[in-house]
Amino acid sequence: MSIKIGVPSKGRLMEKTFDWFAKRGITLGRTGSDREYSGFVEGIDGVELVLLSAGEIPRELRAGRIHLGVTGTDLVREKLGQWDQVVEELEPLGFGQADLTLAVPQAWVDVNTLDDLDAAAAAFRSVHGFRLRIATKYHRLCREFLRENGVADYQLVDSQGATEGTVKNETAEAIADITSTGDTLRANHLKTLDDGLILRSQATLYRARRADICDPDRKTLGELIERLGVG
Amino acid sequence: MTNLAAIKAEATRLRGVFEAAGATPVDPPILQPADTLLDLYGEDIRARAYVTSDALRGEQMLRPDFTVPVVQMHMEHGAEPACYTYSGEVFRRQEDDPDRASEYHQVGFELFDREAPEAADARVFSEIYNILKPLKLRASTGDIGILTAAVSGLQTTERRKAALMRHIWRPRRFRALVDRFSGRTSVPESRASLLAMDNPMEQAAPLIGLRSHAEIEARIAALREDAAAPNLSENDVALLDAILSVRETSVNALEHLRDIAVDLPSISPAVARLAKRLDALNAAGIDVTALDFEASYGRTQMEYYDGFVFGFYAANRPELPPVASGGRYDALTRQLGQGREIPAVGGVIRPGLVVELGGAA
Repeated sequence: MSIKIGVPSKGRLMEKTFDWFAKRGITLGRTGSDREYSGFVEGIDGVELVLLSAGEIPRELRAGRIHLGVTGTDLVREKLGQWDQVVEELEPLGFGQADLTLAVPQAWVDVNTLDDLDAAAAAFRSVHGFRLRIATKYHRLCREFLRENGVADYQLVDSQGATEGTVKNETAEAIADITSTGDTLRANHLKTLDDGLILRSQATLYRARRADICDPDRKTLGELIERLGVG
Repeated sequence: MTNLAAIKAEATRLRGVFEAAGATPVDPPILQPADTLLDLYGEDIRARAYVTSDALRGEQMLRPDFTVPVVQMHMEHGAEPACYTYSGEVFRRQEDDPDRASEYHQVGFELFDREAPEAADARVFSEIYNILKPLKLRASTGDIGILTAAVSGLQTTERRKAALMRHIWRPRRFRALVDRFSGRTSVPESRASLLAMDNPMEQAAPLIGLRSHAEIEARIAALREDAAAPNLSENDVALLDAILSVRETSVNALEHLRDIAVDLPSISPAVARLAKRLDALNAAGIDVTALDFEASYGRTQMEYYDGFVFGFYAANRPELPPVASGGRYDALTRQLGQGREIPAVGGVIRPGLVVELGGAA
């Protein structure tokens, strides 16, 4: 057996994760060609690298098929019920920052807070005969946030990409999406609500609480956590 | 007997008791059209009900309760007055509490009666009370109608009253609205600067999406009207708070509410209904001097109830959900009735909890 670390399989998130581990004396890398999803670990024995899509890492942590995993806080909170009993947040890694936030058209000069959104939603429903549509892929986070804040008369419509375009295309009236600088929002004539920040997310190292582990692996995991300075 | 067999046997027995009391058995389908439930409960229902779909009928939900299908069935072809019973599983999605069941049995009793609503309230309550008597449960009662009557009697604009009515079942937003309407919290900066502009739409970005220019202007006009309206008085806020804090035995609560009604006469008809209901309960043999009444009871859990509400709890098992619960839902029949309505009251028992508490016959 060995300790398995799940890391995003491509892009900046993968490179930054490799850098973060390298700074702590552990070299992660991909083997073979760019198209081959297998990796290696140097600097510690008994640890295996598993390259996965960032969106699948929460599921693999829950199932205990990986012992450690790097993914965004947003994905863990969205995909795992009672996330804090499923995984332990070992360390925020200081990159991959993104805010999950509610946004509405800039032209809605009357809507700047959740209170405004709620009132606009009630009026919208009575005019149009259906609930105001919010496009998102973060259904659970968005719904819980709106429930806690007492916003009603909305509906969530699923949008897995190009969410900022849904308002212009008239498939939604508002959106809840990840933004890092706000440039994409502005380019699409959208603005965030003053109190519409649902979650501040960043790449984070998680430990699966329910993964099976044998004694030698437990020792390896302890050593790895100590080397990484996240224990 | 296995636990499930015991629960099913108890469900059959309970339904038999309701049938003997004059109820007609009904058996609504498990799959319910999602649209109806979403329109009633809003998006939150997705966190509580299982959604499934096919290409032909679109989204369907596994019934989270029986009330909606029973009301629909009655509104389509029921004679009046009518009394129904049912038994079967309901399905509740659980995202946060692994100890809560995602599938359990309910046995219900629903009464549609135009003539004597207070007597109907008392009949539903006492049927369930008598069935559960051996379990020595604690009964909680309340009346959402008193709170709505109080809101309708406030000295403020119709728009503010409508906003408060809309959020009766969301205590946090309700409180935030009261604080704002009474001037306890200040106007948000963004709104103050909007109201300071003569023509806020002038500099606005290009309009995208379905919400029109006219709708934005209508809301700005509503905000201007609201800014010009006087604050909700301290006196009105104090009366609302006084009502929300009523929590004592029914007889004392009635006296307390009668005192409040002197200053807030709009609640008098609702308080008179409470008095009639207590008389009817008393006549049914229930000791109303020992029956708890809480004016804010049912505000967070029971969103379609708009009058009498009740629940039965095992006092020594606080981790258990209510063994039985119910209430009056006149507004639901109006929403589902497409122009028709009928006063309705009902309640459900969970036979699984009756068995767990050792109360099965």
